[in-house]
Amino acid sequence: MQTLLRTPLFDRHLALGARMVPFAGWEMPVQYEGVIPEHMAVRTDSGVFDVSHMGELEVEGPRAFELLQSTLSNDLGRVADGGAQYTLLTNESGGIVDDLIVYRLSPFRFLLIVNAANREADFKWLREREIAGSDVRDLSEEYALLAVQGPRSLERLGLPEAMAFTFSEGEIDGIACMINRTGYTGEQGVELMVPAEDAPQLWDRVVERGVTPAGLGARDTLRLEVCYPLHGNDIGPETDAISAGLGWVCALDKEFTGVEELRLVKENGPQQRLAAFVMEERAIPRQGMPIEGGGEVTSGTHSPMLDSGIGMGYVPAGRAAPQSELTIDVRGKPRRARVVKKPIYKREADPSGGD
Amino acid sequence: MAATEIYPDELRYHSEHDWARIEGDEATLGITWFAQDSLGELVHFEPPDAGATIAKDAAYGEVESVKAVSDLITPLSGEVIEINQKVVDAPETVNEDPYGEGWLVRIRLSDPAEAESLLDAASYRQLLEDA
Repeated sequence: MQTLLRTPLFDRHLALGARMVPFAGWEMPVQYEGVIPEHMAVRTDSGVFDVSHMGELEVEGPRAFELLQSTLSNDLGRVADGGAQYTLLTNESGGIVDDLIVYRLSPFRFLLIVNAANREADFKWLREREIAGSDVRDLSEEYALLAVQGPRSLERLGLPEAMAFTFSEGEIDGIACMINRTGYTGEQGVELMVPAEDAPQLWDRVVERGVTPAGLGARDTLRLEVCYPLHGNDIGPETDAISAGLGWVCALDKEFTGVEELRLVKENGPQQRLAAFVMEERAIPRQGMPIEGGGEVTSGTHSPMLDSGIGMGYVPAGRAAPQSELTIDVRGKPRRARVVKKPIYKREADPSGGD
Repeated sequence: MAATEIYPDELRYHSEHDWARIEGDEATLGITWFAQDSLGELVHFEPPDAGATIAKDAAYGEVESVKAVSDLITPLSGEVIEINQKVVDAPETVNEDPYGEGWLVRIRLSDPAEAESLLDAASYRQLLEDA
């Protein structure tokens, strides 16, 4: 039997009465009060997630940039110090080893925040491709990560607004942390990276500021409403970025692992595409359910905002356009769905015309 | 809004966390407090067809929360004579009132003697404690 890993916040979760579940080798809170109230807290106010299971890799050295520019899909040359970028680690066939956010700490030092399940594979992947003058290290055990997300998250934390995909050194109630303007919910917010030993105090301060603890259950419904792919479900080593709708993070004019394959897919047009859909009948799509005419559901859930079943799945390219009708096999029963433009849920523009 | 944990004495229970309220040759079926609490807030009820024949210990429908799907197990055999449309429209009714407004179906019993094999409230509570 495999022992599950615990984050530095494990005791905090138990004290809050969280329901703990195994996830990617970790024992994580799936919910505290309930998935739906936690989801709504993030959409209307703010929520805090323990995402310390995620991996932190550091790549340092005079040739760190060169190593990353040749292994990551996005153009790292567009990121300045204090900037971050969503990007993919790709394999020779253009498949997705992982999706991650890279932070430029200095011209010679980069931080990669990667999926928990892929941390070891990513580390090994980069280590095997290491070049003289670049050093890859796994810092995951030294740091904890708290995602504070929602329209009132910055106000609750007393933080100024800042551009998305930037970061800075800062502090919350005297606890020093790296404040990243990134997230996985479609809402404004930050991800706070702290030394593991400071994490419980930071968690307490954040919760005292009125931020609602939220579990992995809400994290999944939130990300799916805004169509952020989940590695292992919607994307993986067998799926390419173009078919997954992630062509926008692939700089096909530079050289990186698998770029030739991706150029071909782009040129010929993908055979299938990752489409987002909303159920037209009462039913909840789930991962693995077949879609009539080819394809299957890669992520599915009940959307608290739409009060309806929603999902994503690969369908033949000709059926991937918005308004296309799909039929999902829900445990033997055909249920109608309609392809929608991504994201499935979008906050209505506020009256001032902002977005 | 969640109901408090109770297992009414007047009901009969199935070990799969379903209950039956037997009234003559009819019974009302639902899921127990424990079942709704384990699942979390329900967001979907897939009922059987009205008129369907359902057999003791077999699945007759499904309930789903955001994260999980669960088969509904009927404690008794019979014919479905009514479906609780309120739960179809608002599945969270089950979380709010699992033994009242949150009932699922009513059946006409085909073998009322089957009731003897069900658990009473004390035995069901014991089963939960032993789990």
